[in-house]
Amino acid sequence: MGKSTVFDLIGPVMVGPSSSHTAGAVRLGAMALKILGTEPIEVEITLHGSFAETGKGHGTNFALVAGLLGMRTDDERIPQAIQLAEEKGINIYFKTENLGEVHPNTVKFRLTGRDGKVVEVIGSSIGGGRIVVNRINEFQVEVMGDYNTLVILHQDLPGVVGQVTSLLATAQINIAQMRVSREKKGSQALTIVETDQAIEPAALALMFKLPAVYQAMAIDPLG
Amino acid sequence: MRAYQDYVQLAEKRGLKIGEIILAEQAEESEKPEAELRERMRLNLNVMREAVDSGLSGERKSHSGLIGGDAAKVQARWKSGESLTGERISGAIARALAVAEVNATMGKIVAAPTAGSCGVLPAVLLTVEEALNCSEDDLVTALFTTAGIGMVIADRANVSGAEGGCQAEIGSAAGMAAAAAVELAGGTPGQTSDAAAIALKSLLGLVCDPIAGLVEVPCVKRNATAATIALAAAEMALAGVESKVPLDEVIDAMNEIGKQMPCSLRETAQGGLAVTPTGRRIKADFL
Repeated sequence: MGKSTVFDLIGPVMVGPSSSHTAGAVRLGAMALKILGTEPIEVEITLHGSFAETGKGHGTNFALVAGLLGMRTDDERIPQAIQLAEEKGINIYFKTENLGEVHPNTVKFRLTGRDGKVVEVIGSSIGGGRIVVNRINEFQVEVMGDYNTLVILHQDLPGVVGQVTSLLATAQINIAQMRVSREKKGSQALTIVETDQAIEPAALALMFKLPAVYQAMAIDPLG
Repeated sequence: MRAYQDYVQLAEKRGLKIGEIILAEQAEESEKPEAELRERMRLNLNVMREAVDSGLSGERKSHSGLIGGDAAKVQARWKSGESLTGERISGAIARALAVAEVNATMGKIVAAPTAGSCGVLPAVLLTVEEALNCSEDDLVTALFTTAGIGMVIADRANVSGAEGGCQAEIGSAAGMAAAAAVELAGGTPGQTSDAAAIALKSLLGLVCDPIAGLVEVPCVKRNATAATIALAAAEMALAGVESKVPLDEVIDAMNEIGKQMPCSLRETAQGGLAVTPTGRRIKADFL
């Protein structure tokens, strides 16, 4: 988990009442929107634990939707977010469900974009407005939204990670942190790279051309 | 793991304030100029001021109807000159209530370190500003000092009520505010550490038991009492009173206490004040 910065502790500037249940919820919505990469047309939101229990009084519901509309934590339209989404023709469904051994402030988004793309994102609000995305579709990840993040699903073969890092080096992109995990030797592996610079579409397209790469996704940091 | 003692030693060695050390470290880590970080922090200070002003105007009411107007009541008494505790403590209480009321009514605040504890720091900073005529630059530097303590707490323990109870939120805020007050009053880096330790020690064990799960009761009034604890701790440290247990160890103790707290007392609204007859009744009425 990344170290905190001064503006994690004195900040964010936000609309109340709860940094974990309101500001964190906005940021989770914003992260899910970045992962979908397009405006959603259909949104299913599953609330777990404390989000389900106390979300109503904290405005968690409309905070999550505010994030999906691209609002920031200090947007004074947050309380009207659900109404604004409906006016845009976005269908929103809320459910509560026990998602198992996860953080008490956890939400699952199932988003359908205007282009028909569907993603499922699970994330948690871990205090003070900080968040972590734990799952994107079927892949376990740990994305905090502090950095530009590259998520690559690839075959577990010698040299693939090296190819990825040399492509980044050629594109003048510096790696801040990197994690590689795999199901079992020789099967699928997941590489997550946090970088100081944005990953341009051209660099991402080159990742896709690597023969061992199944999927590649670039996620912008939360502002 | 971060240690506040390291910052104190560095500040003493270089003859700088803790806030200046933290600012330099953050500028280096983020590769951004110090002026840019100072400007961003100054904007946070402005939001804090606006929240104080807005809350003291007394026009707000929370969705549940539980919160609103108390800051204005305390302000009226403070301004009447009949305050029992004197204008500084009364002023701090009113300002802390003001910001916490703005938060409970979905207004704009700065989480410091969390939204539930957002009233403590502005109350203490602006009260010290009024008392000592501090410059805006000094207030901004003091905010970096508070952030330094917050980062150490976030690293060694946490600032989330769901993880560590209210001590992690309001206790951290009080510790951070106490250090800022000491620095603004001309105390030494070591005294900021003593003040933060004394304030945090005073709030160890505080459970997170919000009625109906809302950041309203008891959260809003705890902001006000925590601001006074911060000022008391700063007063002791400035007088040369030392914390027998160093700040880093107090933070570690806070972390251990948080882990030992049952889930019912960590923001789940299943224990403490939340399950008193009144707490249950409010919940039933609201939800």
